[in-house]
Amino acid sequence: MTEDYFLIPDFGLDWLDAGGPEADIVLSTRVRLARNLQGHRYVCRASAGDREIVFRTVARAVNRGALPPDTALMRMNELGRRTQQILLERRLVSSELIGEAAPDSGVGVAVSSGNAVSVMINEEDHLRLQCLMSGLRLMEGWNRVDKLDEELGGLLQLAYHHEFGFLTSCPTNVGTGLRASALLHLPGLVLTKEIERALRGITQVGLTTRGLYGEGSEFVGNFFQISNQTTLGQGEEDLLDHLNRVVATVITKEREARQVLTRDAGAITEDKIWRAYGLLRYARALDYVELMNLLSGVRLGVSLKLLPSPPVYWLNRIMIFSQAAHLAEAAGRTLSTQERLAHRAQYVRQALRGESGSTTTDPGV
Amino acid sequence: MSEPAKVCDGQGCDNPAVVQLTQVVDNKSTTQYLCKKCARAKGISAQPPSSLDVSDFLAQLGESGSSGSESGTEPCSFCAMTFDDFRESGRLGCSHCYTSFEPRVRRLLSRIHGAGQHAGKVYLPPDPSSAELDRRIAGLRRSLQHAIEAEDFERAAVLRDLIRDHEAAQT
Repeated sequence: MTEDYFLIPDFGLDWLDAGGPEADIVLSTRVRLARNLQGHRYVCRASAGDREIVFRTVARAVNRGALPPDTALMRMNELGRRTQQILLERRLVSSELIGEAAPDSGVGVAVSSGNAVSVMINEEDHLRLQCLMSGLRLMEGWNRVDKLDEELGGLLQLAYHHEFGFLTSCPTNVGTGLRASALLHLPGLVLTKEIERALRGITQVGLTTRGLYGEGSEFVGNFFQISNQTTLGQGEEDLLDHLNRVVATVITKEREARQVLTRDAGAITEDKIWRAYGLLRYARALDYVELMNLLSGVRLGVSLKLLPSPPVYWLNRIMIFSQAAHLAEAAGRTLSTQERLAHRAQYVRQALRGESGSTTTDPGV
Repeated sequence: MSEPAKVCDGQGCDNPAVVQLTQVVDNKSTTQYLCKKCARAKGISAQPPSSLDVSDFLAQLGESGSSGSESGTEPCSFCAMTFDDFRESGRLGCSHCYTSFEPRVRRLLSRIHGAGQHAGKVYLPPDPSSAELDRRIAGLRRSLQHAIEAEDFERAAVLRDLIRDHEAAQT
């Protein structure tokens, strides 16, 4: 039954709609809270039986209304491999939950697609609450995830210490358990070679930068994720305020860099952007990194109004639906590496052609 | 454009500098540029804390499981994790570990976060004591103040209602 949710093409993907503030630069905002249940071993020390008890306890709270009514509760071991990968590609679960080292039972995720919130169960901590939204909306994300935390905390006895705050398996998360991040597209800073300085500055003010897929992931397609590093000693609002201020500064710097590009290297920039568009429009094989780099050029072109289309929303969708599991799902079978490159290129061509008006093909279909 | 890289001021060292060390001694300020290795030799960490290296932190702090003179060297009474296990994995096994290894955990938290006292949301358990309610109300008042300053009146209204509910529960 749970796999039926994937018949909904946009399940868990509201954050792609580019409807949030600064959405041409900030792809998404994510706010997550780490929580554990009192009196249960953490996942790294838990037996299969321990995990099962935690899963059932959380499932009961979900069924008693801790999450919104549209919530889908899924056990990972009841999902096919491809569906698990689709959840990962939609950023609804982490690789810890489905990777090689993931426990084979008692792990899952509850997703309320309509409210942009989800809860991973038995990841590194018993509970990982997250809100994922379009654009820069840290406080709104916090309000939503805090509401969820209140509901769950009212039904479950959480691990909390009056001095250390919310207790987590890794001491880097203890206290608020809050990790908030904004995913920024910064081609202007990269092309003007200001990015190193910007990243250094971000680190110096106590924040962390990561790639598209979080911890340990590389910088691809000029996407940079900026998040808070510490979680103890400051209130949630103060942590979010600080992050918000820094992200706003980076956005200003990015806009300035884009102005410099168009003023001092207008012809070169325009040429690069149209070349990127042309390659995407006609390529017969694309690997994901190449696609992301070309999409970055097109995204910049749209933002600078050098390209009349496609809308940012469309580019966001292409980014998600051209990943390996989504392509395999669309093909209805496993694809070899060569086939995947060809399917990706074909999908992108169709998506861009559809957008330009000659067909009505939706990239998600 | 980025600045040209500086060379380390360490004796006989040509590595690129990654740390700028400014010291004021007897009202005289001196600045040195150091590479990672020379900075470490002077006891300075060239890297800001990262979320990945709890084990490195413990190693830097000289925290090992076998220094028997300090309390907290016994395995955790609830999950049987030893401090060496924690040092290895960087993950604690249960909530009791925080009290089982308390002195070391406190030092570690202070090193990672630059603070040791939680200043965020106060959790209210399903069956709260009066002291827990008091702490919770104080925490909510802090958040309310913040919401008002940020002119987030929607959130302020929610927080005000919560405070009112808790105060009613207290009486």
